[in-house]
Amino acid sequence: MPSISLTLNGRSVSGEVETKTLLVDYIRENQKLTGTHVGCDTSQCGSCVVHVDGKSVKSCTMLAVQVDGSEVTTIEGLATGEELHPMQEAFRQNHGLQCGFCTPGMVMSAVDLVAGNPDISETEIREGLEGNICRCTGYHNIVKSVQAGAKAMGG
Amino acid sequence: MDLFNFQTPRSIPELIAAKNSANAWLLAGGTDLIPQLKEDRRKAETIIDVKKIAAMTNISAEQDGGLNIGAAVTATTIAQSEIVCASYPALAYSVALIGSRQVQNRASLGGNVCNAAPSADAVPALMSYGALANIEGTKGKRSLMVEEIFTGPGRTVLEQDEVLASITLPALPENTAAVYQRFTPRREMDIAVAGVSSRITLDANSKIVDAKIALASVGPTPLRAKAAEMTLIGEVPSLKLFEAAGAAAASDASPIDDTRGSADYRRHLVSVLCRRTLASATKELIQGDLP
Repeated sequence: MPSISLTLNGRSVSGEVETKTLLVDYIRENQKLTGTHVGCDTSQCGSCVVHVDGKSVKSCTMLAVQVDGSEVTTIEGLATGEELHPMQEAFRQNHGLQCGFCTPGMVMSAVDLVAGNPDISETEIREGLEGNICRCTGYHNIVKSVQAGAKAMGG
Repeated sequence: MDLFNFQTPRSIPELIAAKNSANAWLLAGGTDLIPQLKEDRRKAETIIDVKKIAAMTNISAEQDGGLNIGAAVTATTIAQSEIVCASYPALAYSVALIGSRQVQNRASLGGNVCNAAPSADAVPALMSYGALANIEGTKGKRSLMVEEIFTGPGRTVLEQDEVLASITLPALPENTAAVYQRFTPRREMDIAVAGVSSRITLDANSKIVDAKIALASVGPTPLRAKAAEMTLIGEVPSLKLFEAAGAAAASDASPIDDTRGSADYRRHLVSVLCRRTLASATKELIQGDLP
Protein backbone atom coordinates (compact mmCIF):
# COMPACT_ATOMS: atom_id res chain seq x y z
CA MET A 1 0.00 0.00 0.00
CA PRO A 2 1.35 3.44 -0.86
CA SER A 3 2.00 5.89 1.91
CA ILE A 4 0.94 9.55 1.70
CA SER A 5 1.80 12.69 3.66
CA LEU A 6 -0.26 15.84 3.54
CA THR A 7 -1.25 18.87 5.54
CA LEU A 8 -4.86 18.45 6.62
CA ASN A 9 -6.45 21.51 8.23
CA GLY A 10 -3.00 22.80 9.14
CA ARG A 11 -1.84 19.56 10.73
CA SER A 12 0.67 17.13 9.17
CA VAL A 13 -0.79 13.70 8.64
CA SER A 14 0.65 10.65 6.96
CA GLY A 15 -0.12 7.01 6.60
CA GLU A 16 -0.78 4.15 4.26
CA VAL A 17 -3.79 4.23 2.01
CA GLU A 18 -5.14 1.91 -0.69
CA THR A 19 -4.74 3.34 -4.19
CA LYS A 20 -8.48 3.08 -4.78
CA THR A 21 -9.44 5.11 -1.70
CA LEU A 22 -11.30 8.25 -2.69
CA LEU A 23 -10.25 11.49 -1.05
CA VAL A 24 -13.69 11.90 0.51
CA ASP A 25 -13.50 8.41 2.05
CA TYR A 26 -10.01 9.11 3.35
CA ILE A 27 -11.26 12.30 5.00
CA ARG A 28 -14.40 10.73 6.49
CA GLU A 29 -13.26 7.18 7.30
CA ASN A 30 -9.50 7.40 7.91
CA GLN A 31 -9.40 10.90 9.41
CA LYS A 32 -12.90 10.76 10.96
CA LEU A 33 -13.75 14.25 9.69
CA THR A 34 -17.39 13.78 8.80
CA GLY A 35 -18.24 17.41 7.99
CA THR A 36 -17.46 16.67 4.34
CA HIS A 37 -20.55 14.94 2.97
CA VAL A 38 -21.23 12.48 0.17
CA GLY A 39 -24.32 13.22 -1.86
CA CYS A 40 -24.38 12.11 -5.48
CA ASP A 41 -20.90 10.52 -5.48
CA THR A 42 -20.62 11.46 -9.18
CA SER A 43 -19.10 14.96 -9.15
CA GLN A 44 -22.40 16.78 -9.54
CA CYS A 45 -23.95 17.85 -6.22
CA GLY A 46 -21.00 19.52 -4.49
CA SER A 47 -21.63 18.33 -0.92
CA CYS A 48 -18.09 16.85 -0.84
CA VAL A 49 -16.24 20.07 -1.76
CA VAL A 50 -12.91 20.62 0.02
CA HIS A 51 -9.88 22.74 -0.83
CA VAL A 52 -6.73 21.17 -2.26
CA ASP A 53 -3.88 23.68 -2.34
CA GLY A 54 -6.42 26.48 -1.93
CA LYS A 55 -8.71 25.47 -4.78
CA SER A 56 -12.18 23.98 -4.40
CA VAL A 57 -12.49 20.42 -5.68
CA LYS A 58 -15.00 17.61 -5.44
CA SER A 59 -13.39 15.07 -3.14
CA CYS A 60 -15.58 12.22 -4.45
CA THR A 61 -13.69 12.46 -7.74
CA MET A 62 -10.14 12.45 -6.47
CA LEU A 63 -8.03 9.66 -5.12
CA ALA A 64 -6.42 10.08 -1.72
CA VAL A 65 -3.03 9.25 -3.29
CA GLN A 66 -3.40 12.35 -5.47
CA VAL A 67 -3.12 14.72 -2.48
CA ASP A 68 0.26 13.37 -1.39
CA GLY A 69 2.30 16.50 -0.62
CA SER A 70 -0.71 18.83 -0.81
CA GLU A 71 -2.56 21.08 1.63
CA VAL A 72 -6.13 19.97 2.16
CA THR A 73 -8.72 22.04 4.02
CA THR A 74 -12.13 20.70 5.00
CA ILE A 75 -15.04 22.49 6.66
CA GLU A 76 -13.53 21.57 10.04
CA GLY A 77 -10.44 23.60 9.17
CA LEU A 78 -12.18 26.95 8.61
CA ALA A 79 -13.04 28.13 12.13
CA THR A 80 -10.40 29.44 14.52
CA GLY A 81 -11.18 27.74 17.80
CA GLU A 82 -14.70 28.84 18.79
CA GLU A 83 -14.68 31.68 16.29
CA LEU A 84 -16.44 30.85 13.04
CA HIS A 85 -14.90 31.75 9.69
CA PRO A 86 -16.59 34.91 8.28
CA MET A 87 -18.30 32.80 5.60
CA GLN A 88 -19.67 30.38 8.21
CA GLU A 89 -20.87 33.33 10.32
CA ALA A 90 -22.53 34.85 7.22
CA PHE A 91 -24.44 31.60 6.58
CA ARG A 92 -25.57 31.62 10.23
CA GLN A 93 -26.65 35.28 10.22
CA ASN A 94 -28.47 35.04 6.87
CA HIS A 95 -30.18 31.69 7.42
CA GLY A 96 -28.18 30.27 4.53
CA LEU A 97 -29.12 26.71 5.40
CA GLN A 98 -32.21 24.63 5.94
CA CYS A 99 -31.45 20.93 6.43
CA GLY A 100 -27.73 21.66 6.35
CA PHE A 101 -26.61 18.72 4.22
CA CYS A 102 -25.21 20.83 1.37
CA THR A 103 -23.83 23.51 3.70
CA PRO A 104 -20.23 22.32 4.18
CA GLY A 105 -19.80 22.09 0.40
CA MET A 106 -21.55 25.43 -0.14
CA VAL A 107 -19.30 27.16 2.40
CA MET A 108 -16.10 25.62 1.02
CA SER A 109 -17.09 26.55 -2.56
CA ALA A 110 -18.06 30.06 -1.46
CA VAL A 111 -14.74 30.71 0.31
CA ASP A 112 -12.83 29.82 -2.88
CA LEU A 113 -15.32 31.67 -5.11
CA VAL A 114 -15.18 35.05 -3.35
CA ALA A 115 -11.43 35.13 -2.65
CA GLY A 116 -10.17 38.48 -3.93
CA ASN A 117 -13.68 39.64 -4.87
CA PRO A 118 -15.43 41.31 -1.86
CA ASP A 119 -18.03 42.94 -4.11
CA ILE A 120 -19.00 39.80 -5.99
CA SER A 121 -22.35 40.15 -7.78
CA GLU A 122 -25.40 37.96 -7.38
CA THR A 123 -24.92 36.68 -10.95
CA GLU A 124 -21.30 35.74 -10.28
CA ILE A 125 -22.33 33.90 -7.13
CA ARG A 126 -25.13 32.00 -8.84
CA GLU A 127 -22.81 31.01 -11.69
CA GLY A 128 -19.98 30.18 -9.31
CA LEU A 129 -22.20 27.88 -7.27
CA GLU A 130 -23.45 25.97 -10.31
CA GLY A 131 -21.77 22.84 -8.98
CA ASN A 132 -23.46 22.95 -5.56
CA ILE A 133 -27.00 21.69 -5.30
CA CYS A 134 -29.30 22.52 -2.37
CA ARG A 135 -32.15 20.04 -2.35
CA CYS A 136 -34.13 22.28 0.04
CA THR A 137 -33.80 24.85 -2.81
CA GLY A 138 -32.78 27.52 -0.31
CA TYR A 139 -30.67 29.36 -2.86
CA HIS A 140 -31.99 32.86 -2.09
CA ASN A 141 -30.49 32.96 1.38
CA ILE A 142 -27.38 31.08 0.28
CA VAL A 143 -26.66 33.85 -2.23
CA LYS A 144 -27.29 36.49 0.46
CA SER A 145 -24.95 34.63 2.80
CA VAL A 146 -22.18 34.39 0.22
CA GLN A 147 -22.47 38.10 -0.56
CA ALA A 148 -22.27 38.97 3.15
CA GLY A 149 -19.41 36.50 3.65
CA ALA A 150 -17.48 38.04 0.76
CA LYS A 151 -17.77 41.51 2.33
CA ALA A 152 -16.75 40.19 5.75
CA MET A 153 -13.74 38.39 4.28
CA GLY A 154 -12.72 41.63 2.57
CA GLY A 155 -11.66 39.75 -0.56
CA MET B 1 -13.30 -0.48 -7.76
CA ASP B 2 -10.35 -2.88 -7.87
CA LEU B 3 -6.89 -2.07 -6.62
CA PHE B 4 -4.43 -0.71 -9.14
CA ASN B 5 -0.86 0.53 -9.31
CA PHE B 6 -0.58 4.27 -8.96
CA GLN B 7 2.30 6.10 -10.61
CA THR B 8 3.36 9.74 -10.68
CA PRO B 9 5.95 10.17 -13.43
CA ARG B 10 7.90 13.45 -13.49
CA SER B 11 8.70 13.57 -17.21
CA ILE B 12 7.06 12.67 -20.52
CA PRO B 13 9.49 9.74 -21.24
CA GLU B 14 8.68 8.31 -17.79
CA LEU B 15 4.99 8.76 -18.56
CA ILE B 16 5.26 6.94 -21.91
CA ALA B 17 7.12 4.05 -20.28
CA ALA B 18 4.41 3.78 -17.60
CA LYS B 19 1.54 3.92 -20.08
CA ASN B 20 3.04 1.29 -22.39
CA SER B 21 1.42 -1.64 -20.58
CA ALA B 22 -1.97 -3.28 -20.61
CA ASN B 23 -4.87 -1.44 -18.95
CA ALA B 24 -2.85 1.63 -18.05
CA TRP B 25 -4.87 4.83 -17.98
CA LEU B 26 -3.85 8.44 -17.56
CA LEU B 27 -5.43 10.39 -14.73
CA ALA B 28 -5.55 14.14 -15.14
CA GLY B 29 -8.72 15.75 -13.79
CA GLY B 30 -10.26 12.35 -13.19
CA THR B 31 -13.72 13.72 -13.88
CA ASP B 32 -14.47 10.90 -16.31
CA LEU B 33 -12.02 8.18 -15.32
CA ILE B 34 -12.82 8.02 -11.60
CA PRO B 35 -16.61 7.67 -12.03
CA GLN B 36 -15.93 4.97 -14.68
CA LEU B 37 -13.65 3.08 -12.27
CA LYS B 38 -16.11 3.46 -9.40
CA GLU B 39 -18.89 1.96 -11.49
CA ASP B 40 -16.60 -0.79 -12.82
CA ARG B 41 -17.17 0.47 -16.36
CA ARG B 42 -13.41 0.54 -16.82
CA LYS B 43 -10.74 -1.86 -15.61
CA ALA B 44 -7.36 -0.46 -14.72
CA GLU B 45 -4.17 -2.15 -13.67
CA THR B 46 -2.20 1.07 -13.63
CA ILE B 47 -3.37 4.63 -13.06
CA ILE B 48 -0.87 7.33 -13.97
CA ASP B 49 -1.22 10.84 -12.54
CA VAL B 50 0.03 13.31 -15.18
CA LYS B 51 -0.31 16.42 -13.04
CA LYS B 52 3.23 16.33 -11.71
CA ILE B 53 4.87 16.50 -15.14
CA ALA B 54 6.11 20.08 -15.48
CA ALA B 55 6.25 19.90 -19.29
CA MET B 56 2.52 19.10 -19.41
CA THR B 57 1.29 21.75 -16.99
CA ASN B 58 2.54 24.91 -18.72
CA ILE B 59 1.14 27.43 -21.16
CA SER B 60 3.89 28.91 -23.32
CA ALA B 61 3.98 31.32 -26.23
CA GLU B 62 5.44 29.93 -29.47
CA GLN B 63 8.03 31.96 -31.37
CA ASP B 64 5.70 32.44 -34.35
CA GLY B 65 2.96 33.92 -32.15
CA GLY B 66 1.05 30.70 -31.48
CA LEU B 67 0.42 29.19 -28.09
CA ASN B 68 1.32 25.80 -26.62
CA ILE B 69 -0.90 24.44 -23.86
CA GLY B 70 0.29 21.39 -21.91
CA ALA B 71 -2.24 18.56 -21.93
CA ALA B 72 -2.51 18.57 -18.13
CA VAL B 73 -3.24 22.32 -17.81
CA THR B 74 -6.55 22.78 -16.00
CA ALA B 75 -9.67 24.37 -17.44
CA THR B 76 -9.47 27.06 -14.73
CA THR B 77 -5.91 27.99 -15.67
CA ILE B 78 -6.89 28.27 -19.34
CA ALA B 79 -10.05 30.26 -18.62
CA GLN B 80 -8.05 32.72 -16.48
CA SER B 81 -5.02 32.94 -18.78
CA GLU B 82 -4.65 36.50 -20.09
CA ILE B 83 -3.10 35.34 -23.34
CA VAL B 84 -5.85 32.77 -23.99
CA CYS B 85 -8.57 35.32 -23.17
CA ALA B 86 -6.97 37.89 -25.47
CA SER B 87 -6.01 35.68 -28.42
CA TYR B 88 -8.30 32.63 -28.25
CA PRO B 89 -11.43 33.83 -26.42
CA ALA B 90 -13.66 31.04 -27.77
CA LEU B 91 -11.41 28.53 -26.01
CA ALA B 92 -11.44 30.49 -22.74
CA TYR B 93 -15.24 30.58 -22.95
CA SER B 94 -15.54 26.88 -23.83
CA VAL B 95 -13.39 25.46 -21.04
CA ALA B 96 -15.45 27.43 -18.52
CA LEU B 97 -18.47 25.37 -19.63
CA ILE B 98 -16.91 22.06 -18.51
CA GLY B 99 -18.75 20.83 -15.41
CA SER B 100 -18.63 23.31 -12.53
CA ARG B 101 -15.94 25.49 -10.99
CA GLN B 102 -14.65 22.63 -8.80
CA VAL B 103 -14.51 20.33 -11.83
CA GLN B 104 -12.70 23.00 -13.87
CA ASN B 105 -10.12 23.23 -11.08
CA ARG B 106 -9.21 19.59 -11.86
CA ALA B 107 -10.27 18.95 -15.47
CA SER B 108 -7.49 19.14 -18.07
CA LEU B 109 -7.52 20.21 -21.70
CA GLY B 110 -5.87 16.93 -22.71
CA GLY B 111 -8.49 14.95 -20.84
CA ASN B 112 -11.30 16.80 -22.56
CA VAL B 113 -9.71 15.91 -25.93
CA CYS B 114 -8.59 12.32 -25.22
CA ASN B 115 -11.84 11.32 -23.57
CA ALA B 116 -13.17 11.72 -27.13
CA ALA B 117 -16.73 12.60 -26.17
CA PRO B 118 -18.61 13.98 -29.19
CA SER B 119 -19.95 16.61 -26.77
CA ALA B 120 -16.56 17.72 -25.36
CA ASP B 121 -16.94 21.46 -24.82
CA ALA B 122 -13.34 22.54 -25.44
CA VAL B 123 -12.93 20.64 -28.70
CA PRO B 124 -14.99 22.63 -31.25
CA ALA B 125 -13.13 25.84 -30.38
CA LEU B 126 -9.78 24.04 -30.77
CA MET B 127 -10.88 22.76 -34.19
CA SER B 128 -12.02 26.23 -35.30
CA TYR B 129 -8.66 27.68 -34.36
CA GLY B 130 -6.92 24.93 -36.37
CA ALA B 131 -5.23 23.50 -33.26
CA LEU B 132 -2.66 20.72 -33.43
CA ALA B 133 -2.45 17.77 -31.07
CA ASN B 134 1.18 16.98 -30.22
CA ILE B 135 1.58 13.27 -29.53
CA GLU B 136 4.66 11.59 -28.11
CA GLY B 137 5.42 7.88 -27.95
CA THR B 138 8.18 5.30 -27.91
CA LYS B 139 8.64 5.72 -31.67
CA GLY B 140 8.88 9.50 -31.57
CA LYS B 141 6.63 12.51 -31.94
CA ARG B 142 3.79 13.30 -34.32
CA SER B 143 1.35 16.17 -34.63
CA LEU B 144 -2.18 15.86 -35.97
CA MET B 145 -5.02 18.29 -36.41
CA VAL B 146 -7.19 17.92 -33.32
CA GLU B 147 -10.09 16.52 -35.38
CA GLU B 148 -7.86 13.75 -36.75
CA ILE B 149 -7.45 12.28 -33.26
CA PHE B 150 -11.00 10.97 -32.94
CA THR B 151 -12.10 7.63 -34.36
CA GLY B 152 -15.42 7.21 -32.52
CA PRO B 153 -17.12 7.91 -29.21
CA GLY B 154 -14.41 7.48 -26.54
CA ARG B 155 -11.88 6.30 -29.12
CA THR B 156 -8.76 7.99 -30.48
CA VAL B 157 -5.81 7.18 -32.74
CA LEU B 158 -3.46 7.15 -29.73
CA GLU B 159 -1.52 3.89 -29.44
CA GLN B 160 -0.87 2.27 -26.07
CA ASP B 161 2.67 3.70 -26.08
CA GLU B 162 1.54 7.21 -27.01
CA VAL B 163 0.34 10.21 -25.00
CA LEU B 164 -1.06 13.61 -25.89
CA ALA B 165 1.64 15.96 -24.60
CA SER B 166 0.25 19.34 -25.63
CA ILE B 167 -2.03 21.31 -27.91
CA THR B 168 -0.66 24.03 -30.20
CA LEU B 169 -2.90 26.92 -31.18
CA PRO B 170 -1.51 28.51 -34.32
CA ALA B 171 -0.95 32.25 -34.63
CA LEU B 172 -4.11 33.71 -36.15
CA PRO B 173 -4.21 36.14 -39.07
CA GLU B 174 -5.57 39.65 -38.54
CA ASN B 175 -9.34 40.02 -38.70
CA THR B 176 -10.09 36.62 -37.27
CA ALA B 177 -12.82 35.87 -34.74
CA ALA B 178 -14.29 32.67 -33.34
CA VAL B 179 -17.35 32.01 -31.20
CA TYR B 180 -18.62 28.81 -29.56
CA GLN B 181 -22.21 28.32 -28.47
CA ARG B 182 -23.96 25.22 -27.24
CA PHE B 183 -27.53 24.35 -26.45
CA THR B 184 -28.36 22.69 -23.13
CA PRO B 185 -31.78 22.37 -21.46
CA ARG B 186 -30.25 23.65 -18.20
CA ARG B 187 -27.87 26.57 -18.35
CA GLU B 188 -25.17 24.97 -16.17
CA MET B 189 -23.74 21.52 -15.45
CA ASP B 190 -25.16 19.91 -18.56
CA ILE B 191 -24.02 18.17 -21.72
CA ALA B 192 -24.51 19.89 -25.07
CA VAL B 193 -27.45 18.67 -27.14
CA ALA B 194 -25.59 20.40 -29.95
CA GLY B 195 -22.73 22.88 -30.09
CA VAL B 196 -21.17 24.96 -32.85
CA SER B 197 -17.89 26.85 -33.00
CA SER B 198 -17.49 29.23 -35.93
CA ARG B 199 -14.30 30.99 -36.87
CA ILE B 200 -13.97 33.40 -39.76
CA THR B 201 -11.13 35.48 -41.17
CA LEU B 202 -11.93 38.54 -43.28
CA ASP B 203 -9.73 40.30 -45.84
CA ALA B 204 -9.39 44.08 -46.28
CA ASN B 205 -12.60 44.14 -48.36
CA SER B 206 -14.52 42.30 -45.62
CA LYS B 207 -14.69 39.13 -47.68
CA ILE B 208 -14.43 35.83 -45.84
CA VAL B 209 -11.09 34.25 -46.74
CA ASP B 210 -11.08 31.47 -44.16
CA ALA B 211 -13.80 29.69 -42.21
CA LYS B 212 -13.59 26.75 -39.85
CA ILE B 213 -16.81 25.48 -38.35
CA ALA B 214 -16.84 22.62 -35.85
CA LEU B 215 -19.88 20.77 -34.50
CA ALA B 216 -20.35 19.03 -31.15
CA SER B 217 -22.79 16.29 -30.15
CA VAL B 218 -24.09 15.68 -33.67
CA GLY B 219 -21.99 12.70 -34.75
CA PRO B 220 -19.81 9.91 -33.40
CA THR B 221 -16.94 12.41 -33.08
CA PRO B 222 -16.69 16.21 -33.10
CA LEU B 223 -17.06 17.16 -36.79
CA ARG B 224 -15.93 19.88 -39.18
CA ALA B 225 -18.85 21.34 -41.16
CA LYS B 226 -17.04 21.50 -44.49
CA ALA B 227 -20.07 22.20 -46.70
CA ALA B 228 -20.94 25.13 -44.45
CA GLU B 229 -17.37 26.43 -44.65
CA MET B 230 -17.48 26.25 -48.47
CA THR B 231 -20.62 28.42 -48.63
CA LEU B 232 -18.76 31.18 -46.80
CA ILE B 233 -15.41 31.41 -48.60
CA GLY B 234 -15.15 34.44 -50.88
CA GLU B 235 -18.44 35.93 -49.69
CA VAL B 236 -19.26 39.07 -47.74
CA PRO B 237 -20.98 38.43 -44.38
CA SER B 238 -24.76 38.80 -44.50
CA LEU B 239 -27.71 37.31 -42.66
CA LYS B 240 -28.74 35.49 -45.84
CA LEU B 241 -25.27 34.00 -46.21
CA PHE B 242 -25.26 32.81 -42.61
CA GLU B 243 -28.72 31.25 -43.06
CA ALA B 244 -27.31 29.30 -46.00
CA ALA B 245 -24.24 28.27 -43.99
CA GLY B 246 -26.52 27.12 -41.17
CA ALA B 247 -28.55 24.98 -43.58
CA ALA B 248 -25.33 23.47 -44.97
CA ALA B 249 -24.02 22.79 -41.46
CA ALA B 250 -27.26 20.96 -40.62
CA SER B 251 -26.53 18.62 -43.56
CA ASP B 252 -22.90 18.25 -42.47
CA ALA B 253 -24.14 16.95 -39.10
CA SER B 254 -24.92 13.26 -38.65
CA PRO B 255 -26.77 13.17 -35.34
CA ILE B 256 -28.62 10.32 -33.66
CA ASP B 257 -31.81 10.22 -31.61
CA ASP B 258 -31.05 9.81 -27.91
CA THR B 259 -32.37 10.91 -24.54
CA ARG B 260 -30.97 14.41 -24.97
CA GLY B 261 -32.64 15.13 -28.29
CA SER B 262 -33.82 13.77 -31.62
CA ALA B 263 -31.66 13.82 -34.72
CA ASP B 264 -34.05 16.27 -36.42
CA TYR B 265 -33.99 18.61 -33.43
CA ARG B 266 -30.20 18.50 -33.33
CA ARG B 267 -29.99 19.38 -37.02
CA HIS B 268 -32.28 22.32 -36.37
CA LEU B 269 -30.09 23.40 -33.44
CA VAL B 270 -26.97 23.20 -35.61
CA SER B 271 -28.48 25.51 -38.23
CA VAL B 272 -29.53 28.06 -35.60
CA LEU B 273 -26.28 27.93 -33.61
CA CYS B 274 -24.21 28.13 -36.80
CA ARG B 275 -26.04 31.28 -37.92
CA ARG B 276 -25.77 32.84 -34.45
CA THR B 277 -22.09 32.06 -33.94
CA LEU B 278 -21.22 33.40 -37.39
CA ALA B 279 -23.18 36.60 -36.74
CA SER B 280 -21.54 37.04 -33.38
CA ALA B 281 -18.03 36.39 -34.73
CA THR B 282 -18.70 38.94 -37.49
CA LYS B 283 -19.81 41.49 -34.90
CA GLU B 284 -16.35 41.31 -33.36
CA LEU B 285 -14.81 42.27 -36.71
CA ILE B 286 -17.28 44.65 -38.39
CA GLN B 287 -19.19 47.48 -36.75
CA GLY B 288 -22.90 47.94 -37.41
CA ASP B 289 -25.71 45.61 -38.39
CA LEU B 290 -25.31 42.81 -40.88
CA PRO B 291 -26.86 43.42 -44.30
